This record gives sequence, structure tokens and C-alpha cells, in this order.
Amino acid sequence: MLQYDLVVVGGGPAGMAAALQAKEEGVAKIVILERAESLGGILEQCIHTGFGLHYFGEELSGPEYAGRFIREVQQTDIDVMCDTMVLDISDANVVTAVNKTQGLMQIRATAVVLAMGCRERPRGALSIAGTRPSGIMTAGTAQKYVNIDGYMPGKKVVILGSGDIGLIMARRMTLEGAEVKVVCELMPYSSGLQRNIVQCLEDFNIPLRLSCTVVETHGKERLEGVTIADVDERLQPIPGTEQYIPCDTLMLSVGLIPENELSKGVGVPLDNVTKGPVVDEYRETLHPGIFACGNVLQVHDLVDYVTEESKIAGKGAANYIFGKKKGGAYAATKGVNGVRYIVPQRVNVRGGEKVKLYFRVGQVYRNAKVTVTCNGQTLLSRKRPKLAPGEMENVTLTEEQLAAMNEGDEIVVGIEE
Amino acid sequence: MKFDVAVIGAGVCGALITRELTKYDLRVALLERANDCAMGTTKANSAIVHAGFDALPGTLKARYNMRGVELMPAVCADLHVPYKNNGALVLAFSEEEISSLGALLARGEQNGVPGLEILNRDELVAKEPHIGETAVAALYAPTSAIVCPYELTIAAVENAVANGAEFLRNCEVTAIAPDGDGFTLTTSRGLIEAAYVVNAAGVHAGEVAAMIGDDSITVINRRGEYYLLDKSQGALVSHTVFQCPTVMGKGVLVSPTVDGNLIVGPTADDIPDGDDVATTAEGLATVVSKATKSVAGLNMREAITSFAGNRAHLASDDFIIGPSAVNHHFINVAGIESPGLSASPAIAEGVAAILQRVGGGFAENAAFDPVRPEPVRFRNMSTEERAALVAKDPAYGRIVCRCETVTEGEILDAIRGPAGARDVDGVKRRTRAGMGRCQGGFCGSKVVELLARELGVEMNEITKFGGGSNIMFDRTK
Repeated sequence: MLQYDLVVVGGGPAGMAAALQAKEEGVAKIVILERAESLGGILEQCIHTGFGLHYFGEELSGPEYAGRFIREVQQTDIDVMCDTMVLDISDANVVTAVNKTQGLMQIRATAVVLAMGCRERPRGALSIAGTRPSGIMTAGTAQKYVNIDGYMPGKKVVILGSGDIGLIMARRMTLEGAEVKVVCELMPYSSGLQRNIVQCLEDFNIPLRLSCTVVETHGKERLEGVTIADVDERLQPIPGTEQYIPCDTLMLSVGLIPENELSKGVGVPLDNVTKGPVVDEYRETLHPGIFACGNVLQVHDLVDYVTEESKIAGKGAANYIFGKKKGGAYAATKGVNGVRYIVPQRVNVRGGEKVKLYFRVGQVYRNAKVTVTCNGQTLLSRKRPKLAPGEMENVTLTEEQLAAMNEGDEIVVGIEE
Repeated sequence: MKFDVAVIGAGVCGALITRELTKYDLRVALLERANDCAMGTTKANSAIVHAGFDALPGTLKARYNMRGVELMPAVCADLHVPYKNNGALVLAFSEEEISSLGALLARGEQNGVPGLEILNRDELVAKEPHIGETAVAALYAPTSAIVCPYELTIAAVENAVANGAEFLRNCEVTAIAPDGDGFTLTTSRGLIEAAYVVNAAGVHAGEVAAMIGDDSITVINRRGEYYLLDKSQGALVSHTVFQCPTVMGKGVLVSPTVDGNLIVGPTADDIPDGDDVATTAEGLATVVSKATKSVAGLNMREAITSFAGNRAHLASDDFIIGPSAVNHHFINVAGIESPGLSASPAIAEGVAAILQRVGGGFAENAAFDPVRPEPVRFRNMSTEERAALVAKDPAYGRIVCRCETVTEGEILDAIRGPAGARDVDGVKRRTRAGMGRCQGGFCGSKVVELLARELGVEMNEITKFGGGSNIMFDRTK
């Protein structure tokens, strides 16, 4: 059996940042297990720019952003196994993985960082009525066909869902000569970044129809068209608003789901809202020695935040490996009044460090206040001109604020209009 | 091309009939208009081996169902197709329905179904803790089973091909002319001569019979819509759970599948076009409302796909299995709706017997091997078995479909095998790649790449399911 101090599952931006941070903290034996042929994760197919503005202070493409971390990893003695799939993680942190060259491996790990990323919600989860021809695909799959394989997956395109990948693909397909007829969004607001709505739709005169969905697909072999319809407040299609749009491709950008099959396998408890593990401020799950970061923990809109989060997990893993993890008194975080979730879900108030709480809101707010309270006492109240579900927010609690709390306290984050 | 027997239609019946005929010294061709077998009714049905209490005593449905149930375990064992005897429950939600259960029980006993009993609510809940709150009683049928219909069909075609049959795909029959003692078939792949024709064309059996002037078959296309749920829901029930049957059929069922998913459906709507397998908002809503009555706690948010299939219903409400009145060398196998899958091994046996009678007996094929080798199923293996397998062939060390843990080696096997996959859906049905919760989002393009490489074509020539169902267009700029 192989032996590593730290096994990182996933070699995307999250896994690489966690591994690099752990290395910097002095962890000796680290391995990154990556299922694709190379490091980089989904960034490799994100050839558009907009990455790195927060973290590097410059605008990079996905492969450029990933490339900086790949080079850093290569300059260390971190082992990397690509084309390697983790099949199972045991209760005793034994990782079973397989690849073509080394065969089936069992690796005993002192600590594990879960960084498997997320997957796209497929059509089946939406129950759209109609036929099942070719030409219906998730936006990410289409992105791979165009940017990696070099083939056009469609010529006349309707996009359902205004998640960032959908918006990016609206522009990408247009640039490649396809006609993007409309982007339909079920909700009354887009779940994508404002800058993507401007740069990918408005700049190309692609209409965004809010409160609108695809109710039926047509065509036996290749998609021939879709029927779209407006929806009411209960998100139900309004009879009489149906409109047929001829198209050969329907791209879906209807949500991302953290890929936690391995986490579930080892019994890591998940958060019902984030669909990622419940973690503390060092991103340690409730299973000792197993950490999680990146999109497997919560779906991010910016990779910069993935990097930030993963460095925290890398440091946490190093502390765990060196037995430096502090004994704890844990307070729980709780979102109310429009705050859908908070990561981390629990905070060690004896940690002696400030802690950043990341959260998302459930609707669009203008000129609202973010408040943080504990035991009825307001710790923080910050004005924000705009809050939107597509943009992750954060607030920071100081070391002093935390030190004043006790085990079992509730840190409550809410929105006041 | 010249054959002794041409079987039209590579559904479960056509496939098993072809395999059965390879037991004899006959040149057999299986003609399929689609790019793969199991593309019609066979790929979209409830996947149940019915115990046999539904069909009216004395009907062909009753006779072939009972014999099929008897034959199915051995056929599945020979073909290495998963078969699970999980038992069935028919729920009653009222006093009136309890009396229907009594009638079903009596009918079943007359058909010779063993072990039937009526359970009260307590006994029912003991068997199925998640049963709907309003169910008051149930008919229990211990001999009911589940099997994967397309896996059975693929295995049967592979075994038939291994035993010398020819599988001709993209071979649509457009005309049949009597020719001496036999026939000349005009097909999309040219003229085919055959001494005997078996018409197993599913919803198109009426059109095929009409090609020889036999107008006795009028198929009513009865569409059924289904949901397939994630494996997270697969353990909600262990039995196949029916509601009381109606004139339109056995109603909406909730059942585990042999792969560990949960299937719910079907609806029953008569439609004009037998190839129209579109789902409808109303149909899918009906499935949900009925299924949630049968089983409490069914989480429809865990649906991974929905689909529809058409079954060939006849006004007589019975199968037609026998020589055409117009020409005795032309055997009709028509109206094969439920319990068609259950009956299929018996139908194969029956059709072979009919042909023997008509043809005056055939010599046996001494080389016939009933066994289809077991395909590699990495996901079902132990760690030790996996290690040994990958050590032997590294292609099994690359996982292509992460949701269902399918390896590159298995996909290559599926493409290279007898009657191998030629499209993405064909790979999916043979290996389960793309059948999991992400529905091919990640592995789809990998499968396209492997198909293109193995078939020696460009990626944009690869289709989802043949015809014009190409996945990609031209190269990017």
C-alpha cells in the first residue's frame, strides 16, 4: 500500500491550490489524483478571459490561470497522477484509485482533500416534455466540443438557463458563426454574473428572456425546434404564451451540482442547500482528516474564490497532519432573511483567527444591508448597493468577535431591506 | 443475399427468435431498420417478467406468458443477463379494488401462477415499508421478476451472431414479393431472398404483413411514458408495485430495475404514429401523481430521465403468433405488448416449432452454443478482481463514465463485440456509460472519440442513435 501525508482528489484549481498551500506549510508527501489527462480541471476548456482579476489582479484565460498553478506544482515535489480515477475512500482514509499504468492502487492518507468539482444538471432532471433527439446538451459539454475537440455542436442554438457557462457559450457559439436565438431563464433574474450578461449577451444582441422556459422539444433524429413559454410566479408555464423556435441545438445551463459521490461513500455529512460537505473554517468535514474545497464544497462563480478557499483547506490539512489542529468550541453559522447558505457551516471560536463567511442570497436586493448577529447582538451591518444570487458574498468576523462566543452559539447572517 | 429465414425486427422477440433458429442448420438473417437492436418497444417498457395473473385464461398471452416465466431464468443465465426474481404486489386502494384482487388471484390460479396470496395492509407494509398510506391490501405474486429488456436483446443478438446468424442493421424492408416457395424482400440494403419470413416488426407489424397482402393486423400504437430515477431511490421498494389493472393495461407501476434504479410508469395513450415517442407534460404529470399514490416518499427531484415507448396493441387484446393466412411461409408475431417481454423466450420457442412444422423439420446445428460470454462489468467487481483485470489489460484501468464506473475496456468491448455498438446510445445500452446521473455530460465526448477511433471515422460522423442524429457538425473555424 502506498503512503502519503496528503492525498488531494482532483487536480483542478481547487486541488492544486490546496496541495501547494499544504506544501508551503511543510507537508512532505503529497499526491494529486486527477481523472483527466492533465491538471487544470474545467479551466482547460474555459478559453475566455475574466479569470484572476481578484487573485492575480490581471485578466487571464482559464488555461492561463490554471497554467500558473500547474507550473508551480511542477516546481515542487508534489506527485501528480493523471488519468487516474478515485473509486473509493475508506473510513480509515485509504484511497482506492485506478489508472492504466499503475493499475489499481490503495493509498493510505493521513489527510485527504476532496476537490472533485461539480457537474452540470442534465435535461433529465428538468422533465422537459417532447422528443429525445441529438442536439440537446449541457453548455459545458458543448464548450468541450467547441474548445477542446474543435467541432461545432450546433448552428441554430437556444440556451435554457442563464448560468455563467450558458452566457459564455452564447458568445462563443456566436463567434464561431452559430446563431444564438435566445437565452431563456426560468427565474425573474439571471443566475450569472452581471459582467457576463453585458459582455456575452448584450454586446452581441442576444435576447435574454426572464421568467421563461422550454416546455417541449421537437424533432426525431436531430433537434428541429423547441417550444418556449413564459412562467408565472410559481414557475409554471402560462398557457397561451407558447412560442415555437426552430433550432438544431438546445444548450442547458440550469445549475451545477457538487460531485460528492466519493464524499457520500465515506459518510461525510452534506449540507442540504450547498449539496457539499458541512465544514469548519478550515474546510474540514465532519469526518476527521477529510477536507473539501472548490466546487465540490459549494458552487463558485469566480475561480479566484476557489483558490482562496482551497488555500485555507490546504493549510487546515497541514495543521491536521502536524497535529496542530486546535481544540475547539464550535459555533454554527445560519443564514436567515434571504441568505440561502453560509460556508463554513461551523466555526471554531477558539481558533484565534479572523474568519471569512461566504454566502449567497436567494433573490436580487438593492441597497440592502447584510447583518451578522450572535446571541441577539449585532456584530456587523454592511450596506450593499446590490446583492444577487449569481454573485457570492462574504463578511469577515474578527478574532475578538469570535473569542467572545461560546460552544453552540449561532452566528446569524441575514439581509435587511 | 440469400437466407433460409429472414426475421424482420430486432426487438426482444426478433432477437430471441433468431437465436432460437440458430439451433438449427439454417441461414438466418435478422433485419433491423435502425442502427441497432432493441430500438423500438423493447428499449422503453417496464422491464418486468410478469407472473401471469393478468392475461385471460385460454389466450395466447396467458399461454406464452406462463411458458416464458418458466424459460426466462435459464435464458438469462445462458446469456449472462441480470435477472432478479423480486416478486410483485398489486395494490388495492378501496373495497372495490380488493374484490378486483380476488378476481386477479382466481385468474392467476387458473393460469397456473404459483404462490399468489392476498395481503392485508399490515402484511403489505411488512413487505414494503414505504407503500402508500391509502393502500389497504395487495395481491402478492412471488414469481414476478425483473430483467433488462435491451440487455437481453443485445445478448440474444450477439449469441445469434456467434452462432452464425447475420445481423443486418439499417435494413428497412419496403416490399416483399412471393418468389417460388419463398420471398424476395426489397430493403434499404438491397434485395434479400428468404424461404421463410418472420414478421416481428413491433408497431409496424401490420404494415409488414400488408406487404404480402395480409391485412389481418391493425396495430394500435399505445404510448407509455416513464420516469427513471437515480439509484438513490432504487431501494425505496424491493418488489414491483402495480395498481389494479384497467382496460388500458396494467397501469402505472413502481419498480426497482436490475441496475438499481427505480422505474415509474407507464401511461397509456393511443396515438396515430407508432414512431412518435415524445413525452408530454400531461403524461409525465400522470405518472408522478399515480406513482406517489403507490409509494410514499418518492423523490421525483431524483429523476434522471424521462422517456416514452409505444406498444403494439391489437383490438383482440391478444398476441398473433402463427403463419399468415395469405402465405404459410410468412409467420406473424404481432400485437406483442405486455406481457411480451415475459413471453419472449416462449415466443421464440413457439415460432421455431411453427417453422419446423411448416418447413417439415430442420436438421440441428451441432455447433450451437447457448452461452454468451459474460461481459466485463468493472462496477460489479471486488477490489482484487479489479486489480487483476487492470493488470491483464490496462484499458480497464481508465474510467470513462464516472457516474456508472465504466472503463474504456468495456466500451471497446461493446464496440468490437459481435453486433457491436455503432452509436453513442448503443454504447450506453451495452455498458451503461452515460446512463448515470450526469447523463453523459462528461463521458459523452469521450465515447464519441472512442467510437470514431474504433470505426475509423471522424467524430462528427458519430450519431446518437443512427440516421441523422449526428452529435456534432463541421469543424470550428
